[in-house]
Amino acid sequence: MGLLKKLSFSNILQKIFGKKHAKIGIYGPPNVGKTTLANRILRDWTGDIMGSVSEIPHETRRAKWKKDVKVDNGNSSLLMDIVDTPGISTKVDFKDFMNTYGLNKDEAKRRAKEATEGVIEAIKWLEGIDGVLLVMDSTQDPFTQVNVTILGNLEARNLPVLIAANKIDMEDSSPATLKSAFPQHPVVPISALTGYNSDNLYSTMVTHFRKRKRKKRR
Amino acid sequence: MKKKEDGISFNLVSRQKLGDLSTDEKLKFILKEVKKGKILVLEYGLTPIEQTSLIENTMREIEQDTFIGVEMEGYGQDNPSIIQKILGITKKPRMTLIGPADLLKKIKKDNEMIEIKIIPGRGAK
Repeated sequence: MGLLKKLSFSNILQKIFGKKHAKIGIYGPPNVGKTTLANRILRDWTGDIMGSVSEIPHETRRAKWKKDVKVDNGNSSLLMDIVDTPGISTKVDFKDFMNTYGLNKDEAKRRAKEATEGVIEAIKWLEGIDGVLLVMDSTQDPFTQVNVTILGNLEARNLPVLIAANKIDMEDSSPATLKSAFPQHPVVPISALTGYNSDNLYSTMVTHFRKRKRKKRR
Repeated sequence: MKKKEDGISFNLVSRQKLGDLSTDEKLKFILKEVKKGKILVLEYGLTPIEQTSLIENTMREIEQDTFIGVEMEGYGQDNPSIIQKILGITKKPRMTLIGPADLLKKIKKDNEMIEIKIIPGRGAK
């Protein structure tokens, strides 16, 4: 049965021409612009948006997704289910929401509790996706443990990763630092806020995520 | 009466200690020690999959007034050489430091050095 499945017509076509449909997760630490990027992609290709954005970390505390988003790069296209995931972090302190962002204690505690649940949900989603758009803040140090852990995890699963070096509209951004930090993956500088270089991102998404999954090797 | 000793506890955890444990046991051991306020230096770190599970388990253990999470720092896995690949040697985790997030703060990390600061006034509970 397994052999028959492998030899199916659609599988053979996929091996030759690449994928036609892929579930893509937007991942990254909190406040790097994941939802802003998800909104940009959806606005450009469906006219819709994914969710609200905020300067307070952990604004997205439940995963949201949009099915069948067709992205075209002129030569080929890819139908994607886009999943916007909550930011992944190793710590959540409700006092940060109070002291830095002025939330009252109850609001801060509720947000912190929901944020921890969001991180768990984001990690659970890793099981069912075909590729990851990993969003990093190009104004920040790229060697965060979250970035290193997510990348290591995806490499161990042999999932294709595309790094979106976001916030290049900011004066102190340095996408070159990201490129030199993670030379093994394609890095596309972008401003999700202004849309700058989004065409390049879409083109790279189509070519990169259409690739068939390589055989797992450990 | 024995006087309680002040100070911060650093535990260097040998490769053998963790190597004898399953992934679940490793993660339970690490979180139990970190929740006591200890800083662990793992001679042989966690794989990326284990690190992700540690983050997930940490989120389940967060108690807003007493435990806000972990700080974990280390380098990515060592890539085996071509000869090692031929011999079937796979990627190896590298030394990793894990401690309570309210005790440790990363100052700088690049390809050559990781600088961590211990926040004064805390210690093993």
